Amino acid sequence: MKKSTKTLFNIIAVSIILAMLIFLELNKRKYSYDISIIERSIIYAVAAVAMNLTNGFTGLFSLGQAGFMAIGAYTVAILTIPVEARAGVFYVTGMNEFLSKIELPFIPALLLGGFFAAVLAGLIGIPVLRLKSDYLAIATLGFSEIIRSIIASPQLNMITNGSYGLKKIPRFPSIFVPMILCSLCILIIVMLINSSYGRAFKAIREDETAAEAMGINLFRHKLTSFMISSFFTGIAGGLLASYMGTIDSGTFKITLTYDILLIMVLGGMGSVTGSILGSFLVTAGREWLRFFDQPLTLGSWQVPLFRTGFRMVVFSILLMIVVLFYSKGLMGSKEFSWEGLLGFFKNLFTRKQKLNGGVSNGK
Amino acid sequence: MSLATFLQHCLTGISLGGAYALIAIGYTMVYGILRLINFAHGDLFMIAGYLMIFTLADFPWYIAIPIVLIGTVVIGIVIERLAYKPLRSAPRMSIMISAIGVSLLLQNLATYLFTALPRGYPEIPYLKRIYQFGPLSASFVTFLTPILTMALVFLMVMMINKTKIGMAMRAVSKDYETAEIMGIKINSVVSFTFAIGSLLAGIGSILYFTDRMSVNPFSGSLPGLKCFVAAVLGGIGSIPGAMIGGFILGIGETFLVALGFSTFSDAFTFILLIVMLLVKPTGLFGEKATEKV
Amino acid sequence: MKKFASLFVLVVVFAAMLTGFAYAADDEITIGVFEPVTGENGGGGFQEVLGVRYANEVYPTVEVGGKTFNIKLFEVDNKSDKTEAVTAAQNLVSQGVKAVVGSYGSGVSIAAGEIFAEAEIPAMGASCTNPQVTLGNDYYFRVAFLDPFQGTVMANYAFQNGAKTAAVITQLGDDYSSGLGSFFVTAFTKLAGEGSVVSQEQFQTNQTDFKAILTNVKAANPDVIFAPSSIATAPLIIKQARELGITAKIMGGDTWENVTIIENAGADAEGIVLSTFFDEADPATDEAKKFVPGFKEYLVKNNQPDVIPAVSALGYDAYLAILTAIKNADSVDSIAIRDALVTTEFNGVTGQISFDENGDAVKQLAVIKTVEDGAFKFLQTVTVTE
Repeated sequence: MKKSTKTLFNIIAVSIILAMLIFLELNKRKYSYDISIIERSIIYAVAAVAMNLTNGFTGLFSLGQAGFMAIGAYTVAILTIPVEARAGVFYVTGMNEFLSKIELPFIPALLLGGFFAAVLAGLIGIPVLRLKSDYLAIATLGFSEIIRSIIASPQLNMITNGSYGLKKIPRFPSIFVPMILCSLCILIIVMLINSSYGRAFKAIREDETAAEAMGINLFRHKLTSFMISSFFTGIAGGLLASYMGTIDSGTFKITLTYDILLIMVLGGMGSVTGSILGSFLVTAGREWLRFFDQPLTLGSWQVPLFRTGFRMVVFSILLMIVVLFYSKGLMGSKEFSWEGLLGFFKNLFTRKQKLNGGVSNGK
Repeated sequence: MSLATFLQHCLTGISLGGAYALIAIGYTMVYGILRLINFAHGDLFMIAGYLMIFTLADFPWYIAIPIVLIGTVVIGIVIERLAYKPLRSAPRMSIMISAIGVSLLLQNLATYLFTALPRGYPEIPYLKRIYQFGPLSASFVTFLTPILTMALVFLMVMMINKTKIGMAMRAVSKDYETAEIMGIKINSVVSFTFAIGSLLAGIGSILYFTDRMSVNPFSGSLPGLKCFVAAVLGGIGSIPGAMIGGFILGIGETFLVALGFSTFSDAFTFILLIVMLLVKPTGLFGEKATEKV
Repeated sequence: MKKFASLFVLVVVFAAMLTGFAYAADDEITIGVFEPVTGENGGGGFQEVLGVRYANEVYPTVEVGGKTFNIKLFEVDNKSDKTEAVTAAQNLVSQGVKAVVGSYGSGVSIAAGEIFAEAEIPAMGASCTNPQVTLGNDYYFRVAFLDPFQGTVMANYAFQNGAKTAAVITQLGDDYSSGLGSFFVTAFTKLAGEGSVVSQEQFQTNQTDFKAILTNVKAANPDVIFAPSSIATAPLIIKQARELGITAKIMGGDTWENVTIIENAGADAEGIVLSTFFDEADPATDEAKKFVPGFKEYLVKNNQPDVIPAVSALGYDAYLAILTAIKNADSVDSIAIRDALVTTEFNGVTGQISFDENGDAVKQLAVIKTVEDGAFKFLQTVTVTE
C-alpha cells in the first residue's frame, strides 16, 4: 500500500472517531451510558498499554497494577477535591491541617500521582528486579495489597479518610478530556517503544543473557521499564478517580489487576493496538453480556443456564480459551496496520469458501 | 496482656499456621517441579470446602471425608491436565496467566453455582467439641491442626527421600530434561505432585473451615496468596521450610491483630516477603539456585 | 477443540448482538432499579429487588393527567462495586428512567449519587443508611433511617438494659460498618461516661478468623459487643465469640436481620440483638397488613424462605414513595417528581414516611429484635428524639 493512501486512511479514521465523539458529546444525556463505557475503556487501555510495556515488551511479570493505580487515584483525589467540600468528605475525623489547604488543578495532580507511583516502583524494583522474574510477580502483587491496607488504615484517616473513601472528586467536564490525555499517554509509550530503549527492552525479553552480552545493562533497563510503566499506571489510576468521582480502598483490589491482565492477554502481549482493542472489547463486552445474568425464555422454554453470575463464568472461560488456544491474543505481537486489516478480510473470504475455518487470529 | 490471653493467642496462631502450612506444601511442590506459581491452589482449597458442605449433607463423616479428599485430588489433576499441561513448552508467563485464569474461573463458577452468600460449614463430630483448660477455651480441631500438620510433613519428607516416586520428583525438580531422558515419566510425576498437593489442600480445607465455619467463593484467594508467601519464606521447594513458613505467618499475623494492628495483618505477610527477598532470596531452607543459561 | 472454541466465541458474540434495545412505548414510564445482585452484597440486594418487583406487581400503573401509564422496571446490577456502579448508573440515565430505586449498601449509592444529580433524576435509597448518601445531594432521598440514629438506638438499648461497658468491632474499608461503629461509640460514651467503650477492634474485608480480635475483647470483659457487619461475617464473629467462651450480649445493625445468619450461626445465634426497620408480626399500617400475606406468597413463589426481610419491605416502600410522588406531581418529568418528593407523605409498610431537608425519611422509631428458638423475635421498639 502506498504511503499516501495510508495517510488518507489515517485521516479518515481519525475524523470518523472525532465526529463520533462530537456527536456523543452533543447528545450527552441519551448516550451517557456509551460515553461512560468509552471513558472507562480508554482509561483501562492506558493501564493495559503500560502493563504491556513491562510484561509484553520487557518480559517482566508485574502484578502491581491495582496498587500503582491506587496511588495515582488517591493523589489526584486528595489534591483536587474542592477545598470547601472537604469538611463534608472527611466527616469523621476531619482532614489534615496542612493538606486541607492545598488544592491543585487536575493535570499537575495527575502528573504528581504518576510521579509517586514511579518512585514507589523504584523502591520495590531495586531489591526485587535483581532476582528471578517470578519473585517480581509475587512481590508486586503483595505490594498492591500493602498499599490497599495502608490506605484503609484508621491511622491515616486524616489523609485518605481510611474506610470511608473519598467523594466529590471533580468529574470529567467532557469526553474529550480523558480521550486527549489517554491518547497522549499511549503516544508517549509508543514513542518509547520505538526508541533505542524499546529495542533494548525487547532484546531483554527475547534472551537476557544475549542482551547482556550485547552490552545492555539488564538491571538498569528493567528498572526503567518498570518505573515508566508504573508512572503511566498511576496516571491511569488518577483518571479513574476522576471518572468515578468517588473512590475507596476496595476499588483497588487484586481483581482490578486481573482485569487489566485479561485485557492485555486478550489483545496480545507485545502489541499496543492489541491492548487498546482488548480494553474496548472487555469493557464493552462486560456490559453487552449483562443479559447472561437475566433469566432468558425463548418461547415457553426457559434457558436453564442463564442466571446471576453466568456472565462472569462466560468471561473466565473466554480468558481460558484465549490463553490455551490463541496464546497470541487478538494481535499477537503485531500492531494494527491497514494492510493487516485488508489481509484479514481477504483471509476471511477465502476461508469462508473452505468453510469452518474458525475465527482468524486477526493477523 | 495477661498470660491467659497470651496463651490463647498462641493457640490461635499455631492452629492457623498449621492450616497455612498444609496449603503451602502444595505450592512448594508444584513450584519445585514446574516452576509455576499455581494461583488456583487457594481456590481448589475453597472448592474442597464446598464439596464437604454437599457430601456431609448426604453421608456420615467417615464416608464424606474420603469422598471430599478424592474429589479434591481429581479436580486438582484435571486442572493440571487441561490448563497447565498444554502450555508446558510455552513461555513461563503464559502458564502463570493460565493459572490466574483457572483461579478466576473457579471463583466465578462457585459464585454462579452457590451464590456469593457464605454457606455454613457443617460440623464434623468430635472436631468441634470445645475443651476448657482454666481460662483457655478452644475446640478440638485447634489442637489437632498443628499435630496433624507435623505428622503429614514427616510423612512427606519420608516419601520424598525414601521412595522411588520421591526420587523421581527430586530428579524432575533438579533437571526437567535430563530426568525425561533418563526415562522418568514426566507426566505421571507431575500428576502425582498435583495429587499430593491437592490432597493436602483438601485436608487443610477441612481443618481450616471447621475452625472458621463458613465458605464463600473468595475464601480461598487470600489464604492462597499468603501460603505462597509462606512457601517462599521457607525456601521454595523445601517441605519442612513450607511448614516453618506457615507457622511463622500464622503466629505473626495473630499477634499483629492481637496488638491492635489489624490493618496490617495482610500487609505483614507481604512485607515479610519483601524483607526476605532482600536478605535471603532463597528462603530459610532453600537451596542456592543457579540460573540455567 | 479449537473449532469448538471458535464456535463458542461466535455464539457469544452473536447472542450479544441479538439482544437489541427495547424502546419504551409512550404510555410507559421506566423506573430504574439500582441494586447489587452479585458481589459482596448480592444476597441482600436481591431481597431488596424482590420487594421492588412485588411493589411493581401490586401497583403496575400510575395515572397522570388522566392518562394511565404502565410502569416498567429496568434493573441494573451494580455488583456491590463502585466502578461497576458508575457504569450501571450511566446505563440507567441513558435508558431515560424517570426515577431510581436503590441501592443496598451505601458505598455504591454514594458513587452513583453524583451521576443521578447531574442527570437530574431523583433516586430513592431503600436500605442505604450512611448519612453521606443524601448529604449535599438534592436528588437522593431514602426511606431508611440513618446510621447516627441507628447507632444511638443501639447504644440506648444497651445502656437501658444495664450495660456499663461495651466493645466495638468494625470492618476496615467499609463505610457502613466503620460509620455505624463510630456513631455507637459516640452515643454510648455520652450515656455511660468516658472509657465505657473498653475495646475497639477492626478486621479486614474477607477476614474469616476473628479469634485474635475476640481474645482481646474477652480480656477487656465488656457487657455488650457491638459488631455491625455484613451477612457474611456476622455468623463467624458470633460463633467464634461463643467458642472462646465470651458470654457478653452480641449486637448488630440492620444487615443482621437475615435468615442466613441464623442458618450459619445455628444455636450460637440465640440471644443476639439487632435493630431493624420492620416487623412482620406487628404491621404498623394498613399497607403493611396487606403487604405481609401478599409478599409471603410472593416469596414462596420465588423459592425463598417465607420470612420477610426488612430490606424487601424498604424496597417496596421506596417504590411506593416514587409512585406517590408521580401522582402528587401529576407529571412524569423527573424534575417534577423530585420536587414533589420533598413534600410527599405516605403510609408505607415501615410506617408513615415523609422527608426532611436532607431527603432522609423522618423516622423516630426503630424495631429491636432478638433471636429465639431459631427465629427472629420482636423485642421492643425504641424511639429517640433529638
